Amino acid sequence: MEPLLVIKNLHARVEGKAILDGIELTVNAGEVHAVMGPNGSGKSTLAYVLSGREGYEVTEGEVIFDGKDLLAMAPEERARAGIFLAFQYPIEIPGVSTSVFLKSAVNALRRQRGESELDAMEFLKQAKEKLSALKMDQKFLSRAVNVGFSGGEKKRSEIFQMAMLEPKLAILDETDSGLDIDALKIVAEGINALRGPEKAALMITHYQRLLDYVVPDKVHVLAQGRIVKTGGKELALELEENGYAAFNAASKDAA
Amino acid sequence: MTVPARRGASDVHEATCKAYLDRFATMRAELPGAGLPWLDAWRARAIERFAEHGFPGPRLEEWRFTNLSKLAETVFEPFPSAANGISREDLGGYRLEDGSDHLLVFVNGRLRPDLSSPGAPGDGITVTGLSRALEDDAEAVEESLIGAGDLTGEERAGAERAGEERSASLGQLNAAFMVDGAVIRVAANAQPERPVHLIFLAHPNKEPAGMHLRNIIHAGEGAKLTVIESYAGLADGPYWTNAVTHVTAEKGAAIQHFKFQAEGAGAFHIAVTDVDLHQDASYTNFVMSLGGILARNEIRARYTGEGVHCALKGVSLARGRQHVDTTTSVDHLMASGVTDETYKGIVDDRARSVFRGKIRVAPGAQKTNAYQLNQNLLLSDRAQADSKPELEIFADDVKCGHGSTVGDIDAEALFYLRARGLEERDARTLLIEAFLGQLIDDIEIAPVRAMARKAFTGWLAGLGG
Repeated sequence: MEPLLVIKNLHARVEGKAILDGIELTVNAGEVHAVMGPNGSGKSTLAYVLSGREGYEVTEGEVIFDGKDLLAMAPEERARAGIFLAFQYPIEIPGVSTSVFLKSAVNALRRQRGESELDAMEFLKQAKEKLSALKMDQKFLSRAVNVGFSGGEKKRSEIFQMAMLEPKLAILDETDSGLDIDALKIVAEGINALRGPEKAALMITHYQRLLDYVVPDKVHVLAQGRIVKTGGKELALELEENGYAAFNAASKDAA
Repeated sequence: MTVPARRGASDVHEATCKAYLDRFATMRAELPGAGLPWLDAWRARAIERFAEHGFPGPRLEEWRFTNLSKLAETVFEPFPSAANGISREDLGGYRLEDGSDHLLVFVNGRLRPDLSSPGAPGDGITVTGLSRALEDDAEAVEESLIGAGDLTGEERAGAERAGEERSASLGQLNAAFMVDGAVIRVAANAQPERPVHLIFLAHPNKEPAGMHLRNIIHAGEGAKLTVIESYAGLADGPYWTNAVTHVTAEKGAAIQHFKFQAEGAGAFHIAVTDVDLHQDASYTNFVMSLGGILARNEIRARYTGEGVHCALKGVSLARGRQHVDTTTSVDHLMASGVTDETYKGIVDDRARSVFRGKIRVAPGAQKTNAYQLNQNLLLSDRAQADSKPELEIFADDVKCGHGSTVGDIDAEALFYLRARGLEERDARTLLIEAFLGQLIDDIEIAPVRAMARKAFTGWLAGLGG
């Protein structure tokens, strides 16, 4: 079977500065991968390049998602093809209600998949189920997107959106940061609930603690824009023990 | 009558002024109320002052951002025929959805009784046309026009007067040529349930038409009234709506006043609403401006009693090469007045929105609470917004503030929404609606709110890319 995501020799720059320097990564359906690395190694850039954010310029390489040229697609086309980015810093959008926005998003995806659109009642029913699974208040729906949410609420709201959109590939950018242990468990349950033979996740994280609850199939170390080491879940523990110093030094030597 | 020379005025403007003077001389004896000496003299003084000042130019502070040279190039026939070919069926799209309104329909500036249904007199309200009112009760009209502190009246002396007159010279042209308009009076303590809806349709003939409308809205002590003005053009060619509206709310009266400006694509729309608010009066003015090539909506409010509550709200929607000017001037003359002012502009293409807001707090007007907000959203690189708040405060125990912003659509918010699968266009629409905030939702009267919502949605549907 074709891998779900193939990243080949990906180079990208931001504001003229080269950040990604030849990323190679393959993710099969059914797998969860963790991408770990020190600050500034290019983790968030990788997430933004995959989701199509403006200002992130790909200078070389390609990304094939589900058999399609991902880099040729607009952000909304990527979302409809099944990519979901859980933002590291979900932004506040005053005046746009979560339910109005999310219902449009859910129905845009359903149209893409040839499914009938949800009406207000069906949407509400699904949303309430997912909210209660995430131990979130239903008031979330009527509030403006992320406005006045605490850091933890914002992260849970991202997972709630992911649960509603049921992506093929979830990219979780530092979703564990800013969460207390209870919230972390809830978020992890939310991520695990979406695991399945058709689905995959790319978890970008600095620490391994989320990986205690969402056990990855593979762990990659990103340093200075390249994947410098790949291993199993035990690699995360090793990093927790020894830090990233060795990799920074190694890639500096290589450069 | 001779035209005095004006420094800086172009020959074109001179020629236009001369044409208006000639037209006045020809028509003077046939104008509505020509047999009334006070009115004839008032009109004659007005045209003289117009001739003296000409069209307001960019050197006047009040007109710095709004250039009238295109308007001044053309002579708009001040007495166009009230075109036929419009039937009640054509009004459907402009009416309130529940049809609950006292309706007055004007075509090319004249009342068309056959299209109107002002309703039987009763619940203390009378609704009629100005021409008719001059026949039936000229004294009341005189009091409203001159007693209401019109700028051509003699009582407004003072240092500012010359400047104000120059900037108000279009009002003087209106005084000279006014033929019709709505006269609405509500008796003391009367609270008619149905709103009064004024529909001004422009259906210009071959020559460019100039409609000099003059409306009078008077709410007696403790009275309550809702008025809606709708302006619509049935042609894209040039014409000019020049409207002056006098509003008086007596002690404790409450007026809600809405305006939907959807003139034709080539139209000039210049409107001045002059508002006198007495003790404990409350006044809400909401304007949605989306038509015309050049529109100016000016509101001048004076609080002549204590405890006035006044809300001024508006939305300017501009695209193409439209120019939309909102100018407000609020005069807190007495204590404990509240002003709550919010204007938002959404500007696309090469259009421009202008906001000038003046709030003056007179020395005795303690406990004034006034806030003014102007926000502009630019949808294109070539769109422009000018915002000029002006606070003049001569009292020490007051709360006054203002805010003003000009910005683009938030790129991060746009990306967030697109990354969830929303089309760029839908995402932009959501963010534009969010920018508008509660302005439409806050309209208390359901059919009026629906009308605003429909107009806004229609405008959004026309957004490019």
